[in-house]
Amino acid sequence: MEKKSTEQLQEVASQVRRDILRMVHQVQSGHPGASLGCTEFFTALYFDQMKHDNSFKMEGKNEDLFFLSNGHISPVWYSVLSRSGYFPVSELSTFRKLNSRLQGHPATEEHLPGVRIASGSLGQGLSVAIGAAQAKKIDGDDKLVYVLMGDGEQEEGQIWEAAMYAAHWKVDNMIATIDLNRQQIDGPTEKIMNLIDLRAKYESFGWTVIDTENGNDMKSVVEGLEKAKSLTGKGKPVLNLLHTEMGFGVDFMVGTHKWHGIAPNDEQLADALAQLPETLGDY
Amino acid sequence: MEKTLDLKFNYTDKKDTRSGFGDGLLEVGRKNPNVVGLCADLIGSLKMGAFQKEFPERFFQTGIAEANMMGIAAGLSISGKIPFTGTFANFSTGRVYDQIRQSIAYSEKNVKICASHAGLTLGEDGATHQILEDLGMMKMLPNMTVINPCDYNQTKAATMAIAEHEGPVYLRFGRPVWPIFTPANQKFEIGKAWKMIDGKDVTIFATGHLVWEAVIAEAMLREEGISAEVINIHTIKPLDEEAILESVAKTGCAVSAEEHQYNGGLGDSIAQTLIRNNPAPLEYVGVDDSFGESGTPTQLLEKYGLNADNIVRAAKKALARK
Repeated sequence: MEKKSTEQLQEVASQVRRDILRMVHQVQSGHPGASLGCTEFFTALYFDQMKHDNSFKMEGKNEDLFFLSNGHISPVWYSVLSRSGYFPVSELSTFRKLNSRLQGHPATEEHLPGVRIASGSLGQGLSVAIGAAQAKKIDGDDKLVYVLMGDGEQEEGQIWEAAMYAAHWKVDNMIATIDLNRQQIDGPTEKIMNLIDLRAKYESFGWTVIDTENGNDMKSVVEGLEKAKSLTGKGKPVLNLLHTEMGFGVDFMVGTHKWHGIAPNDEQLADALAQLPETLGDY
Repeated sequence: MEKTLDLKFNYTDKKDTRSGFGDGLLEVGRKNPNVVGLCADLIGSLKMGAFQKEFPERFFQTGIAEANMMGIAAGLSISGKIPFTGTFANFSTGRVYDQIRQSIAYSEKNVKICASHAGLTLGEDGATHQILEDLGMMKMLPNMTVINPCDYNQTKAATMAIAEHEGPVYLRFGRPVWPIFTPANQKFEIGKAWKMIDGKDVTIFATGHLVWEAVIAEAMLREEGISAEVINIHTIKPLDEEAILESVAKTGCAVSAEEHQYNGGLGDSIAQTLIRNNPAPLEYVGVDDSFGESGTPTQLLEKYGLNADNIVRAAKKALARK
């Protein structure tokens, strides 16, 4: 694939946001907030950073792999997977409906290309990614494993079992990213369960940590991922703290946990879509 | 008592079933380079040390973190590795049920969950470690195969067989030294019940350590003129319904025997099969809605009603209900 400019990636992101909103609106169900907040990240990963094969083989040998631990932001992942050729874009219209491969939370049962494990029950994806990264080491495969987690998800105990393990086993062929939007279902993380200083926590666990200060600026996101990549292979797992705004790209959704799991109505959808150019054609 | 009985199966040696797992893992590791091992700080108890020593690059010590171990195993399996996780049965199931449910069973990952120290025969450690609910939990999961072999030889054979089977498996075994009464180098067929002793009056369906108690019970019943059929149900799921129905069609009544709660165990699986096809009297030998306690395996099997005497009583009760 020809390398895309920042502007071209932004165009993709605009279409992905339209997809997210239309999918969630159509079924009046799903999680638009953090999907919108992570749109630059997913776009940068699939359209710029990862070496991946959209003909999809479960084993994923000799390609970069991605795992989504906070499975509820499936709309953004499904959009990016379809837009990068894993399955027809038209299938996005089946999201969360009966007999669809696009389950509310990602699943492998119906063999949706691009998805290698079910996620949604939080706290499990980091462990899975570490296992996949260790398999690459056994196989002498020098490609990377990426995993995205939520910040509220950091409250799960298994995350810290995995964090300890990754440093002990020197899993340095993996880049974990935390979507640091500082919101969770019941409110701001600071009020619900204060994460205090995730950088200090992970550093004390033996990780290399970087910050992507503006996780909704395409150039910064790409630079952050490039920097993270440059830090792999040095004996430590790498964490990318991605500072984002929930609902980014839609003025009335941005920066609040209100749109975590709420779908827009007809009027709100029209208002939101008016803010996002249709760049690649709606599904 | 055993000495005076005319047993249809005898033993010359005793060994723990967990050693059957450890030896089977080493052997299958030599045959199949995709086999990898994981253990949560119980390498000695699970007898995984020989595998670790021979294949250090294929072995992962996870520390005391079972939830993470299940996730790591799922991740390893994606590339085609065949992970065998090792810890106690309690920590292999109840402690990590959601991890197994989402990352392994629902995701159809080829992970072998190997669980030692199951049931009352764990002994002195007491009820915190004596899980009696694991078969029920694991058999309820779609895609999961559940296996509970009866002695060292069968456990070794089962360990090797599950490496060749594509899909998640729960393999349950135990701590105590136990008679080795099945053949060495036997062929283990997943899902195929083994009729060990022919009989015509009552069928005893037994699994795990209690297969040996069933062998003793058969001899005791024979002395009283009762002909018992003994069937070794090493695979709880998928259940060999054909073998069960064929036997009960002949004998007309049955006993289930397992080191597990009545609720959700082998007995319930057999009851379901009988009710749907050929209702017949069935008596349960198992633990009746209770936790265990500290004691020797023999004391515990007696106190909780799981030994050969109890199987004999249950068989007579089933016969009387015909």
